[in-house]
Amino acid sequence: MSVMTMVKAINNALDIKLKEDDAVVVYGEDVGVEGGVFRVTEGLQKKYGVERVFDSPLAESGIVGTALGMAVSGLRPIVELQFEGFTYPAFNQIASNVSRMQNRSRGKYTVPMVIRFPYGGGINALEHHSDSPEALYAHIPGLKVVVPSTPYDAKGLLISAIESNDPVVFMEPKRIYRAIKQEVPDEKYSLPLGKAKVIHDGSDVTVVAFGALIRECQKAIAMAEEAGISVELIDLRTIYPIDRETIRNSVRKTGRMVVVAEAHESFSVGSELIAITNEEAFLYLEAPPRRVMGFDTIVPLAQGEQYFIISPERIFYEIEKTFNF
Amino acid sequence: MIQNDLPAIFRDYNPLEDKMFSLIDNDGHVINQKYMPTLDDDTVINAYKQMHYERIADEMAISFQRQGRMYTYTPNLGQEAIHIAAGMHIREQDWLVPAFREMGTLLAKGVTMKEMFLFYLGNEHGGSFKNANHTLPIAISIGTQLHHATGIGYSVKYQKKDEAVFTFIGDGGTSEGDFSEALNFAGVWQVPVVFTIQNNQYAISVPVKSQTKSVNLAVKSVAFGIPGIKVDGNDFFAMYLAYKTAAEYALSGKGPVLIEAFTYRLGAHTTSDDPTKYRKKEEETEWGLTDPLMRLRRYMEKKGIWNIDVEKLTEEYKQQINGQFLDAEQSKRYPHDDVFDHMFTDMPDDLRRQRAAYEEFLSWKENRR
Repeated sequence: MSVMTMVKAINNALDIKLKEDDAVVVYGEDVGVEGGVFRVTEGLQKKYGVERVFDSPLAESGIVGTALGMAVSGLRPIVELQFEGFTYPAFNQIASNVSRMQNRSRGKYTVPMVIRFPYGGGINALEHHSDSPEALYAHIPGLKVVVPSTPYDAKGLLISAIESNDPVVFMEPKRIYRAIKQEVPDEKYSLPLGKAKVIHDGSDVTVVAFGALIRECQKAIAMAEEAGISVELIDLRTIYPIDRETIRNSVRKTGRMVVVAEAHESFSVGSELIAITNEEAFLYLEAPPRRVMGFDTIVPLAQGEQYFIISPERIFYEIEKTFNF
Repeated sequence: MIQNDLPAIFRDYNPLEDKMFSLIDNDGHVINQKYMPTLDDDTVINAYKQMHYERIADEMAISFQRQGRMYTYTPNLGQEAIHIAAGMHIREQDWLVPAFREMGTLLAKGVTMKEMFLFYLGNEHGGSFKNANHTLPIAISIGTQLHHATGIGYSVKYQKKDEAVFTFIGDGGTSEGDFSEALNFAGVWQVPVVFTIQNNQYAISVPVKSQTKSVNLAVKSVAFGIPGIKVDGNDFFAMYLAYKTAAEYALSGKGPVLIEAFTYRLGAHTTSDDPTKYRKKEEETEWGLTDPLMRLRRYMEKKGIWNIDVEKLTEEYKQQINGQFLDAEQSKRYPHDDVFDHMFTDMPDDLRRQRAAYEEFLSWKENRR
């Protein structure tokens, strides 16, 4: 066991896979010499050489499109896109090819590749550095979308993502890249994709969240408990395939559902979770399901971000409202 | 970029000088003895036959579509010399990353007309090209396939495999960002990829002059530091030598090559397109004089090696192709499971749930009768 940040845990997962599988290559902008703008790939080029860990030209469509070529010809590429706001130039490759090649070739080719990128706000960044585009990617048939919320989960989920024979979009909550330190096993382990985790048991209200907002939800739950409300917290961990069973079981128990996420509220993962709640637990509901989510606006720059970012107080406010409905 | 170790044709036909590499004229006269490849007679006869096969298959496909027996089809008419010359240089282990207008090359790789027909009958199993080694499916999203070729190039280089990658794009595709990105990546990575631009003068209705201010399309290679050449795409021998040189160059580890094959789409963009809207009859007639099959035949006649009974060969091919079409047409539709089966290597529960719900509907519908 070592104490690791999420940055370190992801680096450790990449290190383990690079070491055990020659087919794994890691590339993207600044990932080689510099070790990535967040230092996630630090030291890996030195250890595994420039053929396996390298800086690519600055073109996201090229990074993802070439990775698809590698994936169909025997490699397991892991590419880093520098920020979620810069994934859009690669969107065509992801939506038109990465997600479709297996189906288009009727299984002749599979696409074992991982597209990693940091996402989300709360770091006082410039424009295009604070988005939460998980719904865009989860909506595309043929992709798996994973979001860890702790260093331990990040390592185990990334190892599963790399070993998956399907393409995985791996979104890293940059706000907690270094904010959480945790004991993480040094050896290899994996966590299943498509499985949510109940991280706090409760009986009155189900809260579903993922990524950086898990921490904010935990603070809100402490406030709720002081107010006498028992909250069950589910960490989604994988956006697609979504874990219906865990959501169903929890909402049938509590009868109340609050989704917490930073992405724009309309047409979001929150919308999907409420649809699932209605489909799976309609007759158990005591209150309308709620979304505590970002406005349908552009994420403001640092001065205005406080209005957009979802605070524990706001989560508690919505939990209490739902409880008292 | 003029490297000293470049093969001679790349030096002699520098795209910056806008020269076109051509070996025989429209009447089949050899106009450039220096580079004329020495091929044995059977090779030439066989090449003509393959071009003829592609032509007949194409005409029949258009006719099946017109009869309402097949969906939208993308004709190859007039571009056969490129496809067959490329096919002659793509070995079993080499990769073919197609766009959607290089049928002769796909056939050379082992794709059958039955598969082509199945694809245009709306069956993905035809388009998967299962039995053609190292052949990707048809790419319809313009230009995106060039990145896949470059990535495969990286992969075979990394794995130290004796494999080259051949990929295709049209003239319109050169305006896409992915075209420039892919050539750039391929240049930086020095991967064994032969890029072909089939410049057939139109992207649906838009002429090349509305795509670029460049003097030709091969010249775009200069910016990326890779060799490029503009080749007469209707001249089988010029295309043959261009591919021979390019494949050798790529496999020698020197990196990628860009070939502009200057040609003309004698037919429509697809069977849904009407070229009379955007080009003149005279232009089509003029380009008709450069027909690659006619040129090769005239060359063979002059050389005294023309021994093909075209009517007999056509009849033979028509029967073969018709048999393959009937085979495809009579193939059973795939069951609904197939829609779900190939999305993931392990099917997510949500897909199972959606499939089960659809099956419930089907049995309700059945019982209702």
